[in-house]
Amino acid sequence: MSQLLLDVNELTMRFGGLLAVNAVNLKVRNRQIVSIIGPNGAGKTTVFNCLSGFYIPTDGSVLFNGDQLAGLKDFQISRKGLVRTFQHVRLFSKMTVIENMLVAQHRHLNTNLFAGMFKTPSYRRLEQEAMDRAIYWLEEVDLLQHANREAGYLAYGQQRKLEIARCMSTQPELLLLDEPAAGLNPFETKELDQLIIRLRDEHEISVLLIEHDMGLVMGISDHIYVIAQGTPLADGTPDEVKQNPDVIKAYLGES
Amino acid sequence: MRGSLYNAIFAAGITLVLACLMLGVRLGAEGTTLAVTGAGADRWGWILAGVGVVFFGQLFANQVDALFGRIPKPNLSALKPQGSSWNTLKPWLLSALVVGLLVWPFMVSRGAVDLATLTLIYIMLGLGLNIVVGLAGLLDLGYVAFYAVGAYTYALLSEYFGFSFWMCLPIAALLAATFGFILGFPVLRLRGDYLAIVTLGFGEMIRILLNNWTSITGGPNGISGIEKPTLFGLEFSRRASEGNQTFHEFFGIDYSSGHKVIFLYLIAVLLVIIVIYLINRLMRMPIGRAWEALREDEIACRSLGLNRTVIKLSAFTLGASTAGFAGCFFAARQGFISPESFIFIESAIILAIVVLGGMGSQIGVILAAIVMTILPELAREFSDYRMLMFGLLMVVMMRWRPEGLVPMKRPHLELK
Amino acid sequence: MTEASLYLLQQIINGLTIGSTYALIAIGYTMVYGIIGMINFAHGEIYMIGSYVSFIVITGLLAMGSFALPLVLFIALLVAMLIASTYGWTVERVAYRPLRGSNRLIALISAIGMSIFLQNYVALAQGSRDVALAPLISGSVLELGSLDTFEVTLSWMQLLIWVVTLVTMTSLTLFISRSRMGRACRACAEDLGMTNLLGIDTNRIISLTFVIGAALAAIAGLLLGLYYGVINPFIGFMAGLKAFTAAVLGGIGSIPGAMLGGLILGVTEALTAAYFPSEYKDVVAFGLLVTILLFRPTGILGKPEVEKV
Repeated sequence: MSQLLLDVNELTMRFGGLLAVNAVNLKVRNRQIVSIIGPNGAGKTTVFNCLSGFYIPTDGSVLFNGDQLAGLKDFQISRKGLVRTFQHVRLFSKMTVIENMLVAQHRHLNTNLFAGMFKTPSYRRLEQEAMDRAIYWLEEVDLLQHANREAGYLAYGQQRKLEIARCMSTQPELLLLDEPAAGLNPFETKELDQLIIRLRDEHEISVLLIEHDMGLVMGISDHIYVIAQGTPLADGTPDEVKQNPDVIKAYLGES
Repeated sequence: MRGSLYNAIFAAGITLVLACLMLGVRLGAEGTTLAVTGAGADRWGWILAGVGVVFFGQLFANQVDALFGRIPKPNLSALKPQGSSWNTLKPWLLSALVVGLLVWPFMVSRGAVDLATLTLIYIMLGLGLNIVVGLAGLLDLGYVAFYAVGAYTYALLSEYFGFSFWMCLPIAALLAATFGFILGFPVLRLRGDYLAIVTLGFGEMIRILLNNWTSITGGPNGISGIEKPTLFGLEFSRRASEGNQTFHEFFGIDYSSGHKVIFLYLIAVLLVIIVIYLINRLMRMPIGRAWEALREDEIACRSLGLNRTVIKLSAFTLGASTAGFAGCFFAARQGFISPESFIFIESAIILAIVVLGGMGSQIGVILAAIVMTILPELAREFSDYRMLMFGLLMVVMMRWRPEGLVPMKRPHLELK
Repeated sequence: MTEASLYLLQQIINGLTIGSTYALIAIGYTMVYGIIGMINFAHGEIYMIGSYVSFIVITGLLAMGSFALPLVLFIALLVAMLIASTYGWTVERVAYRPLRGSNRLIALISAIGMSIFLQNYVALAQGSRDVALAPLISGSVLELGSLDTFEVTLSWMQLLIWVVTLVTMTSLTLFISRSRMGRACRACAEDLGMTNLLGIDTNRIISLTFVIGAALAAIAGLLLGLYYGVINPFIGFMAGLKAFTAAVLGGIGSIPGAMLGGLILGVTEALTAAYFPSEYKDVVAFGLLVTILLFRPTGILGKPEVEKV
C-alpha cells in the first residue's frame, strides 16, 4: 500500500445556516489520480477551498504528509506542496507566460533585496534554476514558443495548460485541479488526459481533480469520490462508481 | 436614440439648469450683508454659448462622435525605434542624455534650472508612487504624508541636532519607510476603494498633526531657515557660517546665487538617477514580479505560496522611502516648509502623474511628471484655471486613454 | 443634574445634530456604493453646491422682501434639491457611466478629477472665499439647568435639523421599502446583472440613485449652511470624507447603517471636540474609520462577506 499523502476526515464547512460540506472523507495516496464528481452545486469547489486554505473549515481534519493543514493560511499550504487551480483560469494576464512561470517560483528564489541588487552568486544561481524549470515545464505543455507573449492573449486551452505548468513549477506533491477540462474541445481534453497521466507517472505527483467530463474521469482516475449536496455519496474505483445505484440516481434522477 | 431633437433640447435644458444659478448669479458681500447679483452680460454670454454648444452637439451627436474618433490616440511607444541597432545605440544615447543633463544648467537662466529641479522632485515622487499604485496596484491617496515625513525629518534634525543634508537623506528615507510600514499593516486586507480612502485619511491625519503640534513642528508657520546642502562642507552662500568655507572662496571665483541653484539641480539629478536605477533593478527582481502579480490577481498569488502581507508591505515601505528621499531634498531646496505644502491635492497630482504616465511604466511616469510641471508654467495666463483644467484632464484622460501616455511594455526575457 | 453631565448632554445634542446631517450625505455614498460598487468622490462637492444654491435662493428671495421665512427656506430647499440632483445626474452620465466596465482605479481617478473640477468650478464662479449668511433662525426651544452652572440649550435651528432629517429619512425608508422604484433599487443593489436580465432598466435606476443621493446632500447643504452660517467651495472635501466614514461605520450599502453611522460619528466628534483640543476632532473621524475597517470591515449593520474564490 503506498503512502497516504492526503488524509481528510469529516471535513465540514458551514456558512451561517448553510451546510456546504458535510463530513467529507478523502484519501489520496502517492502517485494517484483521484477524482471528485457530483452534480453542480454539490460543494466540490468548497472542499477544494477548505483543503487549500482559502476557507477555514468549520470542522474536520486535513492531514498532508502527516501535517495538519486545517487552520493554516492559503499561502502556507501551497508552500507545503499542495497547490491548486481554479474553475475560472487565474493567470497574471498582463504579464508574459514566462513571467507567470517565474513568479510562481517566488519562494524558491532569493528574495533578499541586497542579494538582488548586487546580483550575488546565490541569487543568480537560483534565478537560473527557476528559469530552467520554467522552460522545462513550458516545453512539457508545448507553450515554450509563447514564452514572451502576454498570458492574456493565449487561447483558452493554452491558458489552462499554462495554469497547470505554473503550478508544477512550484514543485508540488499534490495538485488540485478544479474542472480543468471545462471549456476544452475533445482534442484538448485528450491532451489534458495525457498530461495528467504523465504528471502521475513521470513526475510522481498525485492529482486530485474535480470534473464533470465523465470520459476523462472514468478514463484516468485511480479512485473516485462522489459528493452530492456537500455530503459523501459513494467512492470506489471507476467501475464500482459507475455501477453504484445511488450515484446513478443522483445523476439521472429516479426512473 | 442619439441625435434626436428631443435629446438636444433635454441636454440643453440640463445645461441651463446647471448654469443658471451657479454661474449666472453671483453671491457676494455688499457691505456687511450678503446679496445676490446677476453675473453680468459676459457670463451670460458664455452660458448661452455653452447651452448652444450642448444643443448642437447633441443634435449632431453622430457626426461629433465620428470627428472625435478620427483624432489619433497618442502612441508614444511607437516612437521608440526597435531592433538591434537600437540596442547598441541605447547606451550611447543614455550617456549623451546624462551628459546633457549635467551640462545644460550652465547655459540657461536660473528660473529654468529651478523649474527643472522642481520637475525632478515630481519625477522622484511619481516613480515612488509608481511602485505602490502602478506595480503593486495598491490605491494610495495619502502618499503626500511620506513626503511630509521626509521633509520634516530633515528640517527638525537639522534644526535641533545640526545633522547635515547628506546624513539626513537616508534617515528621512528610513523614517518614511517606517511610516509606510505602520500604515501598511492596517490596510493590508482592505479592498481597493477602501484602501484609497483610508490612505487619504492617513495623509490628512499627518497634515493635521503637523499643523497642530506647534511646539515641535511649528504648526501652520512651519519651519524656516532650513540649512542648504553643502559640497563636502563648502557652503553655497555669500558668507560662510562659523568655521566653514564658502564654495566661491574655495575656488577663487566670484559669488553668484546661480551656483546654489545649479548645485541643487545637480543633487536632484543624482538622486533621480539613483532612484531610477534602484527601481529598475527591483522591477526585474522577484519582488518586482511579485508586486505585479499581486496587482494582476491576488488570489492566484496566494495559491502559489506568495505571502501577500510581505509583498504589500514591501511595496508600501519602498514607495514611502522614495517619498521620504524627495521630501528631504524638497526641504533643503525650499529652506522653509509648512503643512500647506502637503495637502491632499499634492497626492492627487502625483497619482495623476502615475496614471496619466502609464501605470508601471517608468518612462511614462517621467514624461507625465515633466508635462505636469512644465505645462502650468507655459500657460501662465491661465493659472487661475490650472486646477480646473487639471480636474478636467483627469476625467478626459480616463475616457480617452486610460492606459496612459506610455503603457508599460513587458520585458522580453532571454530563454537560456 | 451636575454641571459635568449637563455639559455632556449639550455635546450629545450638538453631536446628534451634526451627525444627522452627516447621515444625509452618507446615504448618498452608501446607495451608490451598494449599487455600482464605487465611491462617488464628487459627492461632497454636490453637498457644497447644494449649500451654495440654498444661500443664493435665500438671499435672493429675502432681498425681494415680502416672503415669510418658512416659505423662503422651503423654496430654497426645493431649488437646491433640484439643481444638486441635476449636478449629480450629470456627473454620473459624464464621468462614471462611460467607465462602467473599467477597473476600479480608472473610475476612482475620474471621480477625483470630477471632484477637483467641481471645487474649482465653484471657486471660479462664486469666488473662493468664505460666504457668510446672517443667522436666520435663532433662539432656543428649551433650556435646561441654570445660568449659575451650565445651561443646556436646544436651539430652534437644531430642532429644525432634527425634524427635517427625520422626515427625510422616514420618507426615504418608505420609498425604498414600499414603492416599486424602491424595490428596483434594492434589486439592483443585490445583483445588478440579474436585475438587468429581468428587464429592468438598470441605467435609469442607477441615475435615480445618484439623483436621490444628491437631493439628500442638498438638504444637508441647506441645513448645515444655516447652522454654521459660512460656506466656501472647499467644504465638500472634509464633509464628504466624514460622511463616507459614517457610511462605512454603519455598513456600506446599508441605508439604516448610514443613518446610524452618521449619528455615531457626529456624537463622537462632538465629544472629542469638547474634551480634547478641538483641532483633533477631524482626526477622530479617520481614527474611527481605520478602527472599524480593521475590526469589522463590513460595518455595524453590514453582513459579513465571504470571499468567493
